[in-house]
Amino acid sequence: MTVIEARGLRKAFGATIALDSLNLRVDEGRILGLIGPNGAGKSTALNAILGLTEYQGELRVLGRDPWLERDQLMRDICFISDVAVLPRWMRVSQSLDYVAGVHPRFDRAKAEGFLAKTDIKRASRVRELSKGMVAQLHLALVMAIDARLLVLDEPTLGLDILYRKQFYDSLLNDYFDRTRTILLTTHQVEDVQYVLTDLMFINRGRIVLDCSMEEFESRYVELTVNPAQLATARALKPIRERQLLGRSLLLFDLKLDLVDRQRLAALGEVRTPSISDLFVALLADSPGVKPSAAPGVTQ
Amino acid sequence: MNTPLNAAPESPLEPQRIAPAPVSPTRPLYWSVRRELWENRSIYIALLAASAVYLIGYTISLFWVPRGMHGMGADESTPLIVQLAMPYAHAQMLLALTAFLVGIFYSLDALHGERRDRSILFWKSLPVSDLTTVIAKASVPLVILPLLVLVIAVSLQIVMRIESAVVLWLSRASTANPWAPPFFEMQLVFLYSLVVMALWHAPLYMWMLLVSGWPRRATFLWAVFPPLALAVIEYIAFHTTYLATMLHSRLLGFDALAFDMVDKNGVPIDPHFIPLAQLAPARFLSSPGLWLGLLFAALCLAGAVKLRRYQGPI
Repeated sequence: MTVIEARGLRKAFGATIALDSLNLRVDEGRILGLIGPNGAGKSTALNAILGLTEYQGELRVLGRDPWLERDQLMRDICFISDVAVLPRWMRVSQSLDYVAGVHPRFDRAKAEGFLAKTDIKRASRVRELSKGMVAQLHLALVMAIDARLLVLDEPTLGLDILYRKQFYDSLLNDYFDRTRTILLTTHQVEDVQYVLTDLMFINRGRIVLDCSMEEFESRYVELTVNPAQLATARALKPIRERQLLGRSLLLFDLKLDLVDRQRLAALGEVRTPSISDLFVALLADSPGVKPSAAPGVTQ
Repeated sequence: MNTPLNAAPESPLEPQRIAPAPVSPTRPLYWSVRRELWENRSIYIALLAASAVYLIGYTISLFWVPRGMHGMGADESTPLIVQLAMPYAHAQMLLALTAFLVGIFYSLDALHGERRDRSILFWKSLPVSDLTTVIAKASVPLVILPLLVLVIAVSLQIVMRIESAVVLWLSRASTANPWAPPFFEMQLVFLYSLVVMALWHAPLYMWMLLVSGWPRRATFLWAVFPPLALAVIEYIAFHTTYLATMLHSRLLGFDALAFDMVDKNGVPIDPHFIPLAQLAPARFLSSPGLWLGLLFAALCLAGAVKLRRYQGPI
C-alpha cells in the first residue's frame, strides 16, 4: 500500500524554489531516509507531507490531502521535528495527560512503560530535562501512538552518540513492525545507514537518488586500490576519487556497466561505501553544495 | 547501530492496531483549554495575588473601621448601604481590572509564545485542529477569566464580610451590618457586569489574539500602535476624534449601555451599589456597537485561525 505519493510537488519561497516538481512514492513498511544538504528542500518536503505548508502539485498521504485534512491525518501520523519542540514549561505527567486526552490512538500504559526504563521523573518539567531525556520523552510519547506513518526531522540533533544509538535501537526494536512506515531526515547518516530500507538524496528541490538499500549495496562499491594498479582503476571511470592515509579510494557505480565487482576486487580491497561517501560523490560538485553542508561532514 | 535491517527482529512488537477510541468533539477543546491553564499560570496567580493584596489592605483597614463606621450615615449624601458596599465593589473592580490586563497580555502572547519556543510543531503534530486551538485560546479571556474572577470575587467577599462582622462584633463600636448590602444581588449584578465586559471587550481580545499570530516580535506595539497612529492621523488631517472616541468607548462604553444609572425617580445611582432593577440587558443587547464589535471579533478570530494554519516557528 502506498503511504505517500507526490507528483510534481512544487513549492517556492519568493524566487527560491524549495521543491522543484518532486515525485515521491513511499510504500508501507519502509524506512526511508531523505538525505540532502542544508536548504535542499528536505524540511519543506516534510512540512508539505505533514500539512504544515501549502504546495502546488499532487500530494496524498494515507489517501488524504495533508493541507486540507491535517488534523484528521495526525491521528495516523506522528512526527518529531527536533528535540527542542516539546514545550519547556510542560511537566512530563502533563504531556502524558495531554496526549492521552487528545489522541485516540495513544496507549498511555505503553508510554509509561517506555518512560519506566529511563530516569525521567513524572513531576519534572521539560526544561529541567537534559536534551537526551527530552528526546527519550518525545520518543516515548510518539512510540505509544499507534500511527501508520512516523516522520522524523533531525530527531537526534544535538544528542551524543549514546542517546542517538539508543534512539534508533528503540525505534527498530520497540516500534517498527513492518506495517509502519518511517520517513526521516538527518545529517548524521552514519547512524541510520543500517536502519534504512530506502534511501533518497535530494538537492535543490529535486531527487538526485532514489533506491532501496539492497540496491545501494549492490550498485555502489568503494575500492581501496593497490598503489600499483591505480592507473588501471582510474581507467575504469570511478565516479569519485579521494585520498585517505596515503591510499586512493575510488567509488564505482556498477550500474554504469563499465566494470564488475570481481574485476575491482582484483585491484584492491572492495567494500560498500558509506551513505556520506556516496553523497559527497554525487553532490559535492553540485552548485550550491559546500563540503560542510554534506551529511556526516560537520555533525 | 550494528544491526542491519535484514537482521532486525522479526516480530519486535506484533502489529497491534489500537482501535481509535471514539473522541467527542469537545474533548480536544477541553484539553486545549487545560493546556492554556497549565502554560499560563498567571491567569489565576494574578487574580489570587490581587485578592491577597486587597484582603491584606482591607484587614489592616478593619482596625480603623469601628471608628469609621461610627461616622457612617453622617455623610447624608451617600446612603449607608452604599458606604457598606463600597469595599466589596472596589474588590470586584480590582479583580475585573486585573482580569482585563491579564486577558490583554495573555491574548498578545497566545499565538506568539508557541511560535517563539517552537512548541507549535509539537502541538501541530497532534490531531487538534487550528480552529479548536484558537477557540481554546479565545475562551481564556472570554470565558475562563470571567468565571475565575466570579469565583474568586465571591469567595473574597464572603471572607471580607465575615472579617468585618467579627471585628464589629468584637469592638461593639457600631451597629452597622456588613451583611446589609444584599449578597446575592451584588453577585448577580457582578456576574452580569462580567458577561457585559467580556462581550464588549471581545473585539479587543480577539484583535490582540490575531496580532499575536502575525509579527515575529513586539506584539504589543503591533497591536496598539496602528490604531493609535490612525487616531493621530485622523486628528491632524481632519481635526476630528471619531477613532479616539470609538477606542475610548470600546474600553469603557459598556456601562452606559448595560446599566440605567438613574433610578425611576431620576436620582443618580452610585456605581458602587447597583440594584438589579437598574440592569438594562435589552438595551445592551440591542446596541449596534455590541454587534459590530462582535462581528469584528469574529473576523479577527477567523483571521487568527488562518494565521495559525500558515505560521510556523519563528
